[in-house]
Amino acid sequence: MTKNGSSEFRLVGTRPNRPDGLDKVTGRARYGADASMPGMLHGAVVRSPHAHARIVKIDTSKAEALPGVKGVVTRADFPTGLTGEDWDLQENTMAGEKALYDGHAVAAVAATSPLLAQEAARLIEVEYEVLPHVIDVDDAIKPDAPAIRPGAADHSVPEGSPPNVVRYLEFGHGDIEAGFAEADLVMENTYKTEATHQGYIEPHACVGQLGADGKGEMWVCTQGQWYIRRMCAAVLGIEAAQLRVTPSEIGGGFGGKTTIFMEPLSLALSRKAGGKPVKIVMSRSEVLRATGPTASASMDVKIGMKKDGTITAGYANFRMQGGAFPGAPVDMALYCAFAGYKLANVKHVGYDVLANRPKCAAYRAPGSPMGAFAVESLVDEMARKLGLDPLDVRLKNAVREGDKASYGPTFGSIGLVETLEAAKAHPNLKAPLGPNQGRGVACGYWFNHGGETSVSMAIGEDGTATVSVGTPDIGGGRASIALMVAETLGIDYDDVRVNVVETGALGVNEPTHGSRATFASGKAAVESTNQAIKEMCRRAAAEWGIDPEAVEWVNGAAQPTSSNAGKFAPMTIKEIAAKMGSTGGPISGHYEGLPSGVGASFGTHVVDVEVDPETGRTTILRYLVVQDAGRAIHPAYVEGQYQGGAVQGIGWALNEAYIYGEDGRLQNPIFLDYRVPVASDLPMIDTVIVEVPNPGHPYGVRGVGETGITPPLPAIANAIEHATGQRIRHLPISPPKLLKAIKSAAPSGPTLQAAE
Amino acid sequence: MRYHSPTSFDEAVGIAAKAQGVTRFLAGGTDVLVQMRAGAVLPDDLIDVKKIPGVRDITRTPDGGWKIGVAVSGAELGAHEELCRDWPGVVEGMELVGSTQVQGRATLTGNLCNGSPAADSVPGLVAAGATVTVTGANGTREVAVQDIPSRPGKTSLAQGEVISAINLPPRGENAGDAYLRFIPRTEMDIAVVGCAVSLRVDGHKIVEARVALGAVAPTVLLVSDAADALIGSTLDDAALEALATAARAACKPIDDKRGTVEFRVDVAGVLARRAARIAYDRAKGVSK
Repeated sequence: MTKNGSSEFRLVGTRPNRPDGLDKVTGRARYGADASMPGMLHGAVVRSPHAHARIVKIDTSKAEALPGVKGVVTRADFPTGLTGEDWDLQENTMAGEKALYDGHAVAAVAATSPLLAQEAARLIEVEYEVLPHVIDVDDAIKPDAPAIRPGAADHSVPEGSPPNVVRYLEFGHGDIEAGFAEADLVMENTYKTEATHQGYIEPHACVGQLGADGKGEMWVCTQGQWYIRRMCAAVLGIEAAQLRVTPSEIGGGFGGKTTIFMEPLSLALSRKAGGKPVKIVMSRSEVLRATGPTASASMDVKIGMKKDGTITAGYANFRMQGGAFPGAPVDMALYCAFAGYKLANVKHVGYDVLANRPKCAAYRAPGSPMGAFAVESLVDEMARKLGLDPLDVRLKNAVREGDKASYGPTFGSIGLVETLEAAKAHPNLKAPLGPNQGRGVACGYWFNHGGETSVSMAIGEDGTATVSVGTPDIGGGRASIALMVAETLGIDYDDVRVNVVETGALGVNEPTHGSRATFASGKAAVESTNQAIKEMCRRAAAEWGIDPEAVEWVNGAAQPTSSNAGKFAPMTIKEIAAKMGSTGGPISGHYEGLPSGVGASFGTHVVDVEVDPETGRTTILRYLVVQDAGRAIHPAYVEGQYQGGAVQGIGWALNEAYIYGEDGRLQNPIFLDYRVPVASDLPMIDTVIVEVPNPGHPYGVRGVGETGITPPLPAIANAIEHATGQRIRHLPISPPKLLKAIKSAAPSGPTLQAAE
Repeated sequence: MRYHSPTSFDEAVGIAAKAQGVTRFLAGGTDVLVQMRAGAVLPDDLIDVKKIPGVRDITRTPDGGWKIGVAVSGAELGAHEELCRDWPGVVEGMELVGSTQVQGRATLTGNLCNGSPAADSVPGLVAAGATVTVTGANGTREVAVQDIPSRPGKTSLAQGEVISAINLPPRGENAGDAYLRFIPRTEMDIAVVGCAVSLRVDGHKIVEARVALGAVAPTVLLVSDAADALIGSTLDDAALEALATAARAACKPIDDKRGTVEFRVDVAGVLARRAARIAYDRAKGVSK
């Protein structure tokens, strides 16, 4: 393990200014809603006020008669016959026979101004036949729940299952009953988490243009321009190659911008309006009602533990709803739930359940925070019961390189033990706790993804380098890639420019998801750079008249490998670049493939809280994130990812939740009542970057963006039990819920024990 | 929508009296403009009162009280040292409204006329015994602040009436006030419960008190039983407990997304105790 700040590299591990920094602080950066085109129209979307309703009739005549209105679309304007995920995307873009959730789009209109478009949207009359709805996952899985989409279940679902179960999975190894029999303590509890939204500050926005010839363009805020292209093309029945998609700067995504919502509507409206570009910008309320939050979960966990803390068996049964469409991340939740524990006996069962809520999208480590909440809460409860230190229990059972993972494969190089040891050694563990204060720890896990990747890099005439990547920069990808390319080439960081490019400029790229940009685009950029270096060595060899194999690249210059090869002064990149036009033309490198050698990341969090025993309000006193980065290319960005993940997890644990009325309508579709933490709610989040290099990446990078949101949910619940004696198994641990628990435990009035 | 910017309250009243459809007065606009942009309120007549002379003034009245113009922002209130010395509870209630940016625009009068039972500045005004001057077609009248909101989102003002000033009584000696609210976060939130206490001491003994509660009923409540629990006491534990009990007894809250009935009732008592302690310390000059 090397600590942050290792100096074996010239640039990797330093903290230069971010390349997008000046544009962002001066307001020059162009986000989704900044796009503007000549002759542009503005779109507005009509949304269902009902959680579940048959659409009887849509009358658009009044809207169409309004001067300034240039086009109205309903589902009738979309092609039929789609299947599978494409049908789901189309159905979510625009409701067909039924509105499936409050906020589901049912019509859209384009007009010459945003105000006119909104007025026209109000003139569209939709007649609904309201149907019974279901919101909560435990209600949705009941056999007599309103059937949302009969026939949506896939082949995995056993005959006779409740109507809203659409996917079932079961996996594990060993013999859990034998494992439980070996245990000194077996405990089983049920845990619930509510759906939360990514809460990106920038709402979805796009300008779409589509002509009668089937050629179109889109400018959009997204994590993945090729996904936008593929999905819009499928939903609209056009050819992908005819749609050119340019990503904007992005004001947060966290997974929520890896799919489509209103983007096809702007194209459909444009097509209807004679090919004029149509801009659609969502309001915050539309973002919360109609884009993808994460799933909500109801989870049973059973664990067997010996007196010394050894875990003998684990069982998890998770039910998750991801809205009115298949896709709740119950699989990922189960893969991650026990990932930190070396278990001989483990069994997982999962149900993906439909409910009348918006279609879930990816949210930072999708599923993993829920699984961690259930398992890491129960492990803490058992450690407490057995009088064991919670970090020691985790160390005792921690997975190491070569161990079989709870979800099947064998771990390569991983850093869980190193994060636990670094957490134990941190001064926060020795900070004294006062009355009503408590400390909680928990671990978390997330994968790393390679995925379809295409990158190119080119040497400029002056010896600088331009890198084209297809992964929008949501977490510092451009800075990290520039550092790695500059390190590899032997030039300055400022001499590399990394551009996130449109779909016409590269082969297909998956979005920035799966904590992959710095890993996959980074690895691809280094391989591209090595190609260019090889070519530069060849050019030098040709000039020197020696074998290219006898030339090596050192400190930004070609030089003979030894004096036997020839006596020549090093030829710098500037010299080679200056004359490349006469030595063979442009010098570039490129990569197309599926980068392998991913590096998963474990983290350990330690949180200190204070609970006001009279109001149930929880204050975060100290927060420590320790996580394995493999190698931190730009440590400030890595710390930012750790802190951001922790903050989102803190919000999820304490206050964030989708609140529905009896009528199935979302009651808190504004940031006033959907309570993400504000800056003054938080202490500075302390970070420790552990570096157990990933052997699969040229600089040792692991994906770091997602793991950080996983431990906070249980860590905070564990700290609150330490502070109050109350175990809350249903998030969020809001003041009314916690106060009720405190008071019911001490009916004569709250008197809390001082924490030790 | 017609936008008006009258230069006197009489002119404003004239416009409002003639208006047929939805009418809104505009001062800071931190509620009205947001409601308009959300499409929740689309006024036919928008009457901007900021151009009327004197509406940005904070004036000491001859009796030692204060007259606060209807367009004075929260930031201006908080920057007024003498007013803060006299009525720290009133000012701290207003300063809890919104963000720093909102504080540059939001006004006491607007917060009152928005009609929210959770308005942070209103309990402090009620506990202070503040009144408003209402201008109408037939001249002006003085109305106690607690009589302005009639139910959530509504006021008792008639069509063609407008608030033209807020009046705070003379503070006098050995007095203090305080406002506390409960929110799940630390700022940028709506009160789940709010409580203001204003009192006067003679030595250690409380001789005058007013207690107001917010967000626990359709309008802000002036709770005389809670005040009575304080008057005559030295804020001993028994008085604090009686105060909490009286405050809780006055609550008629609802269950909603922001809090349960049980929670609101309980926390109303907690905040009453805590606000009373602060007001008591301020009255005795122990703290600001």
